Amino acid sequence: MRRAFAILASNPLSLLGLILIGIILICAIFADFIAPFPEHRGAVVDFANFNQAPRWPHLMGTDLVGRDLFSRVIYAYRISLILGVVVLGIAVPVGVTVGLIAGYFGRYTEFALMRVTDVFLSIPPLVLAMSIMGVLEPTLINGMLAVTAMWWPWYARLVYNMTRGEKEEGYVLAAEVIGASRLHVMFREILPNCFPSIITKMTLDLGFIILIASSLSFLGLGVQPPTPDLGSMVADGAKYLPDSWWLTIFPSLAILVAVFGFNLIGDALRELFGADQ
Amino acid sequence: MTVPTLDIRDLRLGFKTYEAYIEVLHGISLSIAPGERVALVGESGSGKSVTARIVLGLLQLLRSARISGSVVFEGRDLDRLSARERRRLRGTRMTMVFQDPTSSLNPVYRIGTQFHEVLKRADPAMNERAARERAAQMLLEVSIDDPDRVFESYPFQLSGGMNQRVMIAMALANEPALLIADEPGTALDVTVQAQTLKLMRELVEHHHTSVLFISHNLGVVREFADRVYVIYKGRIVEQGPCASVFERPGHAYTRALMAAVPRITGGGLPDIGDEPRDFSQPLVVHESRGGHA
Repeated sequence: MRRAFAILASNPLSLLGLILIGIILICAIFADFIAPFPEHRGAVVDFANFNQAPRWPHLMGTDLVGRDLFSRVIYAYRISLILGVVVLGIAVPVGVTVGLIAGYFGRYTEFALMRVTDVFLSIPPLVLAMSIMGVLEPTLINGMLAVTAMWWPWYARLVYNMTRGEKEEGYVLAAEVIGASRLHVMFREILPNCFPSIITKMTLDLGFIILIASSLSFLGLGVQPPTPDLGSMVADGAKYLPDSWWLTIFPSLAILVAVFGFNLIGDALRELFGADQ
Repeated sequence: MTVPTLDIRDLRLGFKTYEAYIEVLHGISLSIAPGERVALVGESGSGKSVTARIVLGLLQLLRSARISGSVVFEGRDLDRLSARERRRLRGTRMTMVFQDPTSSLNPVYRIGTQFHEVLKRADPAMNERAARERAAQMLLEVSIDDPDRVFESYPFQLSGGMNQRVMIAMALANEPALLIADEPGTALDVTVQAQTLKLMRELVEHHHTSVLFISHNLGVVREFADRVYVIYKGRIVEQGPCASVFERPGHAYTRALMAAVPRITGGGLPDIGDEPRDFSQPLVVHESRGGHA
């Protein structure tokens, strides 16, 4: 663990990723202490200061009802991260289990499970999430559900392919020969060998989930006001470009930093695990 | 006469595909007495490994496999046992050692953990400390002097020879009645292979374990086995005590097999046709002095 950390820190790009993600995590966890105007995450109006360009004490300016953008971006990170973690927390176990069962059992089970997966994969992700959100009420929870529904098939596909390969390894046969149960072989023998790829994909995906969730709320289908969300902040500000540029630029940059950071870490992890083999 | 550890009578195996039914084993009979080391020798594709898989009850799980004949293990007909009961036998009463020891160990667990799992098969209540002690004792038997270092190692940190010894120790840890060795150590180099075979021979003698030794390497078989079965295209073509089969090979295929072993003194490789007629001669049985054939 410590060795892995040292390797990550020795590469300038992954170090940058670590720093970016570190900052985002700290912002999200300690939002209440870092945000200069914590009350601005809610439905607050301050028309005396509305739509101001960045100037102390409003580092990123203020929005159309006078709320501090910097505070709102920090709270939006918290929402985005919670969403990402919840989505992965559901999508990964579901996808991994489906992939393991399909890959290990083969035959009809594989056919049934993987064709269902293909159906999900055949619909463009954003369209799928939008159609789910169109049916459901646009709330944070439903947004998570929609993104989860489009995310688990990728894990099923990944783990399925790895299981197909690992299944032929000697240790699987050895475990079967000494009478290990199917559950044991799947979850205790094969799954741990898939962990490096799963963890790498999870890190990469956190960034993309934040992006997709922002896209949903940009279209008005995600988190609803007054809860701060990067996507809806960009959408609101876009109408006032280029004059009130801060309304759009800062939330967009915030999305960029998060996606970029998670991608750097993900790539670094991929190299790290690849070198270990 | 005691009950044989393994008694196979007229075992037939076929695979049913959409187009046809293909018979792979055409009635094999084979028996192993307690403590006896029996070798099954043949070229690749002759049916050695599928025989082992049937004994272990693995092929029975395959729906396309059609198996007839009887396999009696320690007086119990495997056919009459449920899949569950067959599973209970595996890893406790019968175990297996494989060709490539390194890939037979899971790369993500330390040896100590994997040893613990194996011991838990026989005694689910076994705790880690008891497992360590038992495992250390077994590793000492396979001449591994620093068990603690090995327990803390991952399989890829140990040499092939070390892993093979660990595998043998694991296989014998639960005191099985039958050990199936499927070309053990073929993936290792010759000197290491010789060492581990010697170790294995001593160990099975000591534990009074029966061995079904599957190999295509006649030199190894001669050193290791008491009795030999020669298998060719799903039929046993010759069987008998090791010494007499090697001295007076009666079947054309056995003679060809022996001639095909490259000599260290040179002399070239003999020409063997793909399927000479002589190879389908009837079974040659060498009478054994012990009385059971």
